[in-house]
Amino acid sequence: MSFSFDGGQRRGFAGDTLASALLASGERVFGRSIYHDRPRGIVAAGRDEPCAYVQLGEAGQSEPMQQATRVEIVEGLVAAPLAGIGSLAAEADPDRYDKVHAHCDVLVVGAGPAGIAAAWAAGRTGARTLLLEDDSALGGQLLGVAAESPGAAGRTWLDEKLAEIATFRETRVHTRTIVSGLYDGGSVYALETRIRPGEAGAPGVSARRLWQIRARQLVLAAGALERPVAFSGNDLPGVMLAGAARMYLNRFGVRCGEQAVVFTTNDSAYSAALELHRAGCTIKAIVDTRDDPRSVFVSRAREAGIDVRSGSAVAVAHGGDGIEAVTVGRLLGESSVVSELDALDCDRLLVSGGWDPQTQLLRQVGARMVAQGASSGFGIETPPPASTLAGACNGTFLLGTTLSEGPAAGERAALAAGFRAEPVVVPDVAEPLEEAPRPVFFVAPPDGDLSSCYVDLHRDATVDDVQRAVGAGLTSIEHVKRYTSAGTGAEQGRTATVNVAAVTAELIGAPLTEVGLQSARPPIIPLAFGAMAGRHRGDLYEPVRVTPIHSWHVEQGAVFEDVGQWKRPLYYPLDDEDLDAAVLRECAAVRAAVGMVDASTLGKIDVRGPDSVEFLNRVYTNAYENLAVGACRYGLMCTLDGMLFDDGVVMRLGEEHFVATTTTGGAAAVLDWMEEWLQTEWPDLDVYLTSVTEQWATIAIVGPASRDVLGRLTEIPLDNESFPFMGIRHGVVADVPARVSRISFSGELAFEVNVEGLSGLAVWDAIWQAGQPEGITPYGTETMHVLRAEKGYVIVGQETDGTVTPVDLGMDWIISKKKSQQFVGKRSLRREDTARPDRKQLVGLLPHDHKVRLPEGAQLVLDQSEPVPMRMVGHVTSSYDSVALGRTFALALLESGSDRMGETVYAPLEGRAIAAEVTGPVLFDPENERRDG
Amino acid sequence: MSIEHARADHFEHPSELWRASEPRASYDVLVVGGGGHGLATAYYLAKEHGLTDIAVLEKGWLGGGNIARNTTVIRSNYLWDESAAMYEHSLKLWEGLSEELEYDLLFDQRGVLNLAHNLHEVREGIRRVNANRLNGVDAEWLDTDGVKEFCPIVNTSSDLRYPVLGATLQRRGGIARHEHVAWGYATRASQLGVDIIEGCEVTGIDVAGGRATGVQTTRGPISANKVALVAAGHRSVLAEMAGLRLPVQSHPLQALVSGLLEQRLGCVVMSGAVHVYVSQAHKGELVMGAGIDAYNSYAQRGSFHVIEKQMAAAVELFPIFSRAQMLRTWAGIVDVCPDASPIVGLTPIEGLFLNCGWGTGGFKATPGSGWTLAHTIATGEPHRLNAPFALDRFAHGRLIDEHGAAGVAH
Amino acid sequence: MLLISCPWCGERDEVEFHYGGESHIAYPDDPEAITDDAWGEFLFVRNNPSGEFRERWLHTHGCRRWFNLLRDTSTHEIVRSYRMGESADQSSGAERESD
Repeated sequence: MSFSFDGGQRRGFAGDTLASALLASGERVFGRSIYHDRPRGIVAAGRDEPCAYVQLGEAGQSEPMQQATRVEIVEGLVAAPLAGIGSLAAEADPDRYDKVHAHCDVLVVGAGPAGIAAAWAAGRTGARTLLLEDDSALGGQLLGVAAESPGAAGRTWLDEKLAEIATFRETRVHTRTIVSGLYDGGSVYALETRIRPGEAGAPGVSARRLWQIRARQLVLAAGALERPVAFSGNDLPGVMLAGAARMYLNRFGVRCGEQAVVFTTNDSAYSAALELHRAGCTIKAIVDTRDDPRSVFVSRAREAGIDVRSGSAVAVAHGGDGIEAVTVGRLLGESSVVSELDALDCDRLLVSGGWDPQTQLLRQVGARMVAQGASSGFGIETPPPASTLAGACNGTFLLGTTLSEGPAAGERAALAAGFRAEPVVVPDVAEPLEEAPRPVFFVAPPDGDLSSCYVDLHRDATVDDVQRAVGAGLTSIEHVKRYTSAGTGAEQGRTATVNVAAVTAELIGAPLTEVGLQSARPPIIPLAFGAMAGRHRGDLYEPVRVTPIHSWHVEQGAVFEDVGQWKRPLYYPLDDEDLDAAVLRECAAVRAAVGMVDASTLGKIDVRGPDSVEFLNRVYTNAYENLAVGACRYGLMCTLDGMLFDDGVVMRLGEEHFVATTTTGGAAAVLDWMEEWLQTEWPDLDVYLTSVTEQWATIAIVGPASRDVLGRLTEIPLDNESFPFMGIRHGVVADVPARVSRISFSGELAFEVNVEGLSGLAVWDAIWQAGQPEGITPYGTETMHVLRAEKGYVIVGQETDGTVTPVDLGMDWIISKKKSQQFVGKRSLRREDTARPDRKQLVGLLPHDHKVRLPEGAQLVLDQSEPVPMRMVGHVTSSYDSVALGRTFALALLESGSDRMGETVYAPLEGRAIAAEVTGPVLFDPENERRDG
Repeated sequence: MSIEHARADHFEHPSELWRASEPRASYDVLVVGGGGHGLATAYYLAKEHGLTDIAVLEKGWLGGGNIARNTTVIRSNYLWDESAAMYEHSLKLWEGLSEELEYDLLFDQRGVLNLAHNLHEVREGIRRVNANRLNGVDAEWLDTDGVKEFCPIVNTSSDLRYPVLGATLQRRGGIARHEHVAWGYATRASQLGVDIIEGCEVTGIDVAGGRATGVQTTRGPISANKVALVAAGHRSVLAEMAGLRLPVQSHPLQALVSGLLEQRLGCVVMSGAVHVYVSQAHKGELVMGAGIDAYNSYAQRGSFHVIEKQMAAAVELFPIFSRAQMLRTWAGIVDVCPDASPIVGLTPIEGLFLNCGWGTGGFKATPGSGWTLAHTIATGEPHRLNAPFALDRFAHGRLIDEHGAAGVAH
Repeated sequence: MLLISCPWCGERDEVEFHYGGESHIAYPDDPEAITDDAWGEFLFVRNNPSGEFRERWLHTHGCRRWFNLLRDTSTHEIVRSYRMGESADQSSGAERESD
């Protein structure tokens, strides 16, 4: 396969990672480091890689900061090395991402030997089991062992189990799926790569899929990662983790180096050394920190003629663009200092500082860490509820033990989830015992210069930096992290955190366990924003709500506005009219003849039950017992704090049946609010609430000619006596059963026609046709707002902002004065501040210049010459040019507004101030002469 | 764009920071809480009022609470006069703070955009711009083209689900580096003689005859003439120790960062209807947040669906963010007042002072909050700027409700 | 993400619910008879413990019923849920039963 790296064409094999392909070509220098601009090579073989980062892909698919050790080679892959910082794409991402929800009894994280065994043991009980693995292949560390090693026997057993798992109906296995976060209630997030970077997608297939899993039980089998050691020059290309070299050799057939030195604190690196030795690499020496290592591994190395230097450490790695030699010496006692120096030439240094159990997932939900001898690092003190650990992440490094621990964990988890099976039989793996490690986290160079002893290769943080932090007085590991930025990198500090803590501990003279590790936070590996956004993009970002008449508005070229999730026509431009021109025309048409508006978005709540009246008396500020059946009434709703919250018209359809309308944006909140009171405070009231917003289409026919237009479509008597203002009539309109009410939000004679939603468009069209003789004019929300403002009617959310009471709006008349009526919010209205007479009150404003329109949101002052900060006394809430008034006007909230009639206020704007006269809010037809036609 | 030459800024902290102290038996003033507000309070007490017999008690590591967990947005463009005055005072202090503390806070006045996505938000945005100007707070209204010009990577296309109709801009707003702020205050306070005591949790507040006399701690009792409770998120618990019940509720507020990216976002962008706020820090990571988690919590973690929604909003507004990667998420615990404004000042208990309820907006207020509380502690009187934020407003109803009009309250 | 047990529907994901704050807050018998201070306390002051907390949730995208939850705010552990009108087990929070 061919791919592009750093602008050049390279070749690799199917199954290669970018890292293995590059190593196979013999390259040691991968790129440069972020701050120190030093050459860096590939260090690891998995998600712990601190240095080899690439920018993948091009254009909208350009993806920053991918680990070369996790990128699979596909034909045509494009990659460029990064120095610890990536770039955003130049354009939008063409790929699709989706999400899947899954529920399982047992979730097994990691498909190494422990995980496979656990999933098998859980799956065979019939428990719904999910086994997720980040790698493209199953097997974990076993993928990196040589065919002749003891691990091979275990692998055969595991292959059998995998074959068995494939027959379990309720067990699923997903590779390329990394579990990234554990949250409350057993919720787990995982990201599956379905189309690899560079791979051609298939239509409709998402590139990545975010799994949202609810697991009853979790088995963590995430393995362990090898820890490097900090010594001078430990960042030189060619210094690698020993286990990584072993993985490259056995899994990818890539032999790293011709002449290698191995530096280890434990037995594990001996296998790497021996296997490389057999593969033809000269092992110049194994430098072992332990004073007298005697395990079988050590003997085998010696038998193979390898120079084992016990009680020793590598103090310095030398080289330019890659390692050329090391300085080795004997460790002095327990210190990090060496003596009896010796130099060895080499082109590779393979390091093993121990193995760190990967427990971050459990630490995300607060599991505490505890020192663990086998790893010379940290394990989990007590797993969180409904979770268990198995294998290397539990500090179990021997395969034989793992193969009994894994099934036991799987069985235990299944049992806890209610599933049981016959006990499993596990294979006996003959393997030599490992000897305890002698942990060494850093080695001081002979010259004492700590500035190239790296504790974090990714963030270029050195022992010297940690020393400076400690020298500055810092003792907390969280402070050291922030001071040095060690452990904050894209690989989540996997190779850094323990060493930083150990160096800190040594410098401040505290035990490592007391210093502890930096806190672990989700995600386990970085997650692309787009994958988390999923399909919530563009039109699917949030649902679009439209009325049954929407298609007509679209055909007529309406300009829409977003009101909550709804699309509402703002105005209907003719030709190239702008908003102002269209609104003037629409307003004129309504006042002169007739207009129509789609009011279907208003919330509608059906209220039924014997206690409906009492219920409404409590949630609205006015009384409903004397509202006649077949009549409606305008009502206000307050928060408990006495602030206006919503308004609407309540229609009484029967003795025990009402429909309450709400604002478009407030419908859901009002229903929730009503239900909260009903269910929690007044469970004794026998009332039932149902949202019927979308069951009805509502069309308002508005204007002096509305009676004539509607009369052509219905037998309902429409004259003023048979059908008075605020009346409701049932009948047939345009051949459709309809509820008609005489509600007016404009001051004009008006009829609101409610029909079943599905008939909305037909009835709208019939009204439109019937109104042609009068030139019936459809109008949008802006015209509706002008018409209501001319009448001084408020809009909740425009005249109010959560700090305005009904009294402030001059609506005392809608507040029940009856002592017995304890509506919600009533008590708050007489609090000291809420009852102040000089609060901001609703007024009308008439600009001195009839043609000047005050900007909505303009602030008002009494003295326009005052220097900043000026004393503001209110603000403009609504402002329009009015055909009916022949001038501009505004509504405003003004301090002591009701006492300022006739006074002049000023709206200071950039470079000018608009003067306006304060007036009452009702500017058009104050006598209500037009509402009956 | 050259990938090869991308380099991140690297900052070196001073080689000497604050002095760690052991608690003494008694102090004149105890500040409970070694976060930004607590440290600022101690610093201004020492610097502005000449008090030095002060200890700051921190239960964990200094600056480990919300000052380490926020998104570092600084602005003062609040709607109401009281808020604007407080935050503007704070912003003015920010403007000279690096010099004053002799610590580079990476304070960067790169401008804060608050996007409007519907006509309601446009109206409220313009209202706020007008109010800000008359209050002496810099503010501009940008139309859609203006937004595009100021922040080219924002998606201003009209086919967005909620298109960008305009934005308020406060050019003096920006960001700073949070731990620098905590460390800067701590270091200077320490130099002025303030004892900074980490790993010292307050377990009780001693009240005798209606006045505070000291505290019980995990490191023994400490007596004091004055005690100030300045521990974000946990003030209900602390106040209850003194028999005070407060109108605050504690919630998780999650935030996140991306990996390091070359600089592309030169300002702070906040959006209400498409709910997210984001900036790009000096090192290159995108720093983002959104709303609080709905439920009460002290657990310093939230729910992932909150992050998912925020990501959808981010990618909607910034399509080129799609392949940026979330590196780390975390949660702070914020205490929220019913009116989304803080409580600062005196309490019914003599000698006990309170600073709480900053909700999601505490970072930007750090200097102003500390400065005014120091005045109140030193003089025993409210300062003109914090007087409106007194506890008694919840009885008489004079709330400072920043919910409705100020957009997202961050 | 919390896994909340609705007493009517069983365990459901947190996103189906709406949070309603502390439960068992008694509405004053006669609001008109109490002081501004007492009314303000009722309006705005709620317990805010670090530990077990009795709170109200609405199963918005389910049965649309309000119910009570006993939850630990320091661990997010859900101790139990119970219906409106019922009280939490006497073993927990019984001292506040008179609220």
